[in-house]
Amino acid sequence: MLSLDLSFYNWELFTNYILKGLLFSVQLTVFATVGGIIFGTFLALMRLSGKPSLAYPATFYVNTIRSIPLVMVILWFFLLIPMLIGKPIGADLSATITFIAFEAAFFSEIVRAGIQSVPRGQGFAAEALGMTYGQNMRFIVLPQAFRNMIPVFMTQTIILFQDTSLVYAIGAYDLLKGFEIAGKNYGRPIETYILAAATYFVICFSLSKIVRRIQAKVAIIR
Amino acid sequence: MALDLGVFCKNTLDGEVVDHCFSALFGLGQNADPSYLDWLLKAWGWTLAVAGLGLLIALVLGAAMGTLRTLPDTGRSSRVLVRLSTAWVELFRNIPILVQVFLWYHVIPAFIPPLKVFPSYWLVSIALGFFTSARIAEQVRAGIQALPSGQHAAATALGLTTVQSYRYVILPMALRIVIPPLTSESMNLIKNSSVAFAVSVPELTLFAMQAQEETSHGVEIYLAVTLLYALSAFAVNRAMAFIEKRSRIPGFIAPTNDAGAH
Repeated sequence: MLSLDLSFYNWELFTNYILKGLLFSVQLTVFATVGGIIFGTFLALMRLSGKPSLAYPATFYVNTIRSIPLVMVILWFFLLIPMLIGKPIGADLSATITFIAFEAAFFSEIVRAGIQSVPRGQGFAAEALGMTYGQNMRFIVLPQAFRNMIPVFMTQTIILFQDTSLVYAIGAYDLLKGFEIAGKNYGRPIETYILAAATYFVICFSLSKIVRRIQAKVAIIR
Repeated sequence: MALDLGVFCKNTLDGEVVDHCFSALFGLGQNADPSYLDWLLKAWGWTLAVAGLGLLIALVLGAAMGTLRTLPDTGRSSRVLVRLSTAWVELFRNIPILVQVFLWYHVIPAFIPPLKVFPSYWLVSIALGFFTSARIAEQVRAGIQALPSGQHAAATALGLTTVQSYRYVILPMALRIVIPPLTSESMNLIKNSSVAFAVSVPELTLFAMQAQEETSHGVEIYLAVTLLYALSAFAVNRAMAFIEKRSRIPGFIAPTNDAGAH
């Protein structure tokens, strides 16, 4: 029976190996959430515009991205971006672009459902007041839709944070990679994998508890 | 940019074109000098094996855990079961799948030596199955809770025990309701099986990475792999739709395609 020795895990190891990876994972999550919501909103508006020239490309993009494994999307972008711009690109930047593009497809589905959850009378009333399409979306529909979407957005962000570990495929230095390298350098792979799992669990579990609270709050206001 | 599909007829050892390229489609990769097409199909087989075994584990465990989470409070043992199944779901839902694969591959066999004799793809299947079972359990729980509470009350009034009321009244309805969300979870499982590359299971993603490096025909290779993933997920989708159709009881449950009805 093997015994665990966690004494090697100290502050120095944390700042030398783990912190860098944690910061990258968080940064990737934030960029992908913000970028994904912005582009996802545009995709959703394209799909709901009723104009085939806008709706079909957006639908095609969303359905294609959603049917490919994330690891393959990461590999595709890592292969294609250098081909298109003609020079190599770092794993970090490639991962960031990939995650924004990938999450946009998922957020667009959430935004679309959110917009459709706003009673149609709201949009009609705005039109009757003489608002343009832009004003209608900006002042009437989207503010209500986003409020309904907040808990779903946050749940998606937790999944997104877990998914950032998949940048392993192109060797970017994220939280998991930090633990793995620390484990190799200290000769303690088993302990570091357990610590990695515990770290992810604590972060995701606490976030999901917070989401549940917010969900209850939003539900009461509504 | 033109696609050069000839790459799939090249020998994986020396890059020469083999003359029996399409025999692979019928001979299923039994050639002495395999082409990239042989390798691709073999990798597809690995993906299907990993995902298939994982799906079996996920469905069985997910249905069991989801059911346990809804047990009525009839005493200490039922409370323990509810807590255990809740802990199960939280544990396997909040750790990334890749980390879980590493745990099953590197960590758990060190504590449970008999697991060392398992082939590595079994361990990946277990990881995928446990990870997905947490998500399926949530869907099953939602399906059970979506039933009118009168169903359970009526079963109790008829004198059925808890086990009997689940077996004969609640689960037959709930499991039919949850087929659509289970379909998307099953498709997710096929996509998630791509993480098996990280522990060197020779499946599609690992094939894509290695063949891309060897041939520098990345676009063709990735395209083929992506299409096979999409095809596999689509096949699962059709299979589940077939099951849903066959298991439907006329007049028993309203069609579930009116989204948000329950």
